[in-house]
Amino acid sequence: MHIVYPAVLSALLFSVGVYGVLARRNAILVLMAVELMLNAVNLNLVAFDVWWRDRLHGGQVLTLFTIVIAAAEIGLGLAIVLLVYRNRSTVDVDELTALREDAENPEDAAETVEAGR
Amino acid sequence: MIVLAVLIVLLPFAAAVAGLLAGPRVTRLLGGAPATAAPEGHTVVTEAEAGADPDAVQEGATPPAAARFGLRNGPALLACVPAGAAFVLAAIVGLTLWRSPHPRSGALTVVETGAVPIRVAFQVDGLAALLGVLVCAVAVAVQLYSVAYMAKDPRYSSYAAFVSLFTAAMLLVVFSRDLLLLYVGWEIMGVCSYFLIGHHWEDRANSRAAVKAFLVTRLGDVGFLIGILVLGVGASTFDIPTLLGRLDVLPHGTLVAAALLLLAGVAGKSAQFPLHTWLPDAMAGPTPISALIHAATMVAAGIYVVARLYPLYLAAPAALAVLGVLAVVSMVGAALAALAQDDLKRVLAYSTISQLAVMAAGLAVGAKSAAIFHLVAHGAFKAVLFLAAGCVIFVTGTNLLAGHGGLRTRMPLTFAAMTVGFAALAGVPPVSGWFSKDAVIEGAQHAATHGGELEHGLPAAGPHEAISGLREGVSPYVKPGQIVVATDFRIVPTIPTGIAWLIYLALLLTVALTAAYAMRAWLLTFFGDYRGTGEPREAPRAMSWTIAVLAVPAAILGFFGLGADELRPHPVSALLGVALLAAGAAATYLVWRRDPAADPARVLGRVRPVFARAFLVDELYAAAIVRPVRRLARGVAVVDRQDVDGAVTGTARLTRRLADVVRRPGGGDPQSYLTGVLAGVVVIVAVVVVFL
Repeated sequence: MHIVYPAVLSALLFSVGVYGVLARRNAILVLMAVELMLNAVNLNLVAFDVWWRDRLHGGQVLTLFTIVIAAAEIGLGLAIVLLVYRNRSTVDVDELTALREDAENPEDAAETVEAGR
Repeated sequence: MIVLAVLIVLLPFAAAVAGLLAGPRVTRLLGGAPATAAPEGHTVVTEAEAGADPDAVQEGATPPAAARFGLRNGPALLACVPAGAAFVLAAIVGLTLWRSPHPRSGALTVVETGAVPIRVAFQVDGLAALLGVLVCAVAVAVQLYSVAYMAKDPRYSSYAAFVSLFTAAMLLVVFSRDLLLLYVGWEIMGVCSYFLIGHHWEDRANSRAAVKAFLVTRLGDVGFLIGILVLGVGASTFDIPTLLGRLDVLPHGTLVAAALLLLAGVAGKSAQFPLHTWLPDAMAGPTPISALIHAATMVAAGIYVVARLYPLYLAAPAALAVLGVLAVVSMVGAALAALAQDDLKRVLAYSTISQLAVMAAGLAVGAKSAAIFHLVAHGAFKAVLFLAAGCVIFVTGTNLLAGHGGLRTRMPLTFAAMTVGFAALAGVPPVSGWFSKDAVIEGAQHAATHGGELEHGLPAAGPHEAISGLREGVSPYVKPGQIVVATDFRIVPTIPTGIAWLIYLALLLTVALTAAYAMRAWLLTFFGDYRGTGEPREAPRAMSWTIAVLAVPAAILGFFGLGADELRPHPVSALLGVALLAAGAAATYLVWRRDPAADPARVLGRVRPVFARAFLVDELYAAAIVRPVRRLARGVAVVDRQDVDGAVTGTARLTRRLADVVRRPGGGDPQSYLTGVLAGVVVIVAVVVVFL
């Protein structure tokens, strides 16, 4: 199989992920889009590992690492989203502006941002 | 002796500090009622209103008021006791100097400045001791009198403290041996006069008067300070006796410049033309303050400084001639102005200017002892006059002569004291003013007729000879730190004979005018029918007794002059003076007799408003100086608001507007940030792909 097919597929997957992160307002969907991007990368790693016939299979090993980290990340992320939902009964990222600068009152907002950091 | 002098200065100063810090607290400590027991609406705005209040008259007139504010009144105790102690000490110093009249001096500390050192030094000689006694006596009288006069004032405590500070400052001027130390006292007096004249600052006019007094005297003080610096740096010492000993090493130009610059300060403080305009307005202050300023402190300081630095003026006769001309203008002008005033206190104010000019004239013609004699006599009788006028105002509730009249039987004690005062002012023999004024006139006559000759038959050559003549007279004291200004020496300074004649004639004219206005004020206040409202009675005892006691020295002080040769009355000038006095008084009396209810000043006719407004000098200053300065200030304010402030606020506004534009991308939304990052990556990749 030519390398172009997996490469184009992973590029498409990554693009869908980027679109999801940038355009989606639902926090769970944003997390899922992040997963898509990670998996696009995983696909690339595996494909190129095969393509280069790497004796140590570094691509596959790295993929396992990525999967573990992604699992941990998604666990943490979902837990945060769950807590946010319990507190605010919404997971719309545009509504979660508690740490955001207040456009009306920049001086206060500056402090808020400082505190947020 | 020096310790005593220092104590005399420090006692009122300590009283002032204590009074300012803890005046009312002491009252509470002593268990007395606070002085502010008067209800809020009672806040005294002018003393005229205080008197107008029938309550005030009644309560003030009853003896319990005095008792109530006697021993339990903290500020009053703090003010009167140190003043009394200082008076006792001053009397001791005076008596010691009387017995062994050689000057004592001593320095407390020397401030090394790197250039000319400043010595915190004091000197007691005859002149200083005499003035010290006068200042302390008037201060005690004013403090005692104020206890009753200001009893209802809510700010009595700070008032009394400032009177103490004023006294301390004047005493510092009197006893100081260093020119800069003298200047310190001089300036403290200026600021105290500001506070005291503006005591009733609730009234806009009063605070204006205070600002005017402060600014006008300040104008003169600038010259005074520069004069001190010219003199001190020229002689490389500020020590007065040393400095006077080095006069002949200074160039003549420096001497004249320094003397003229000092004259500016003298004219400002002693209210001589052209800086006299603050004094009549200073009547806005409480009446005891007028007495203090006019009798013993402030205005006397100018004359005192000229007397203190007299050898300097002898060496610079041009300055003396200028002083003489200023004195002539002030003397006659103020006497004419006093003739037409409607306000009793303003009559006295203009008479002060006129009498100070008499002293200045005495100094100008070389009759220094006579001038000082007149200064002391004037201090005594003017204190009586003002304090008695305060009683009249307190009782009748008005300053205006039109509201007085017929008080002779109603206020016998005040009448007697004020009669003595007016007699001394006009120079009726044998009251003090007659002796002193006569001595000045005699001196002027001497200068006019013997101009250019020295008293002891020596031909006059020049100012330096005059100095050396003086030096011989005091040669025992020429050692540094021991020198004294000769007090009983008459040297005719080489002022032009024309000016001497002018001074002489002006003095004679002033005698007649003084008699006329004194007679007018006396008649309008005490004779005829009472023209005011209410039923006036004698003022509280603390007030009437004070003036009664003060009237005694005012009456008999003149006889002390008999001890000195040049102060003894001379038949020619005495007769001339009495004749002119009689003429002036008789003219007023005859006009008054025709219609006792009307003001004798009516015969002045059309010039009366001009006299009443003191020859429109105020109006002239307003048009020539005040209004242009105001206009300039307004322009500067506009420039400040529009341009300077505009630049600052404009910068801020611009920054903010820019910031509004700049901060729009940073809205706090991570998704838009990421979009930006992505767009950037795409652009970079595109560029790389296309161009490489």
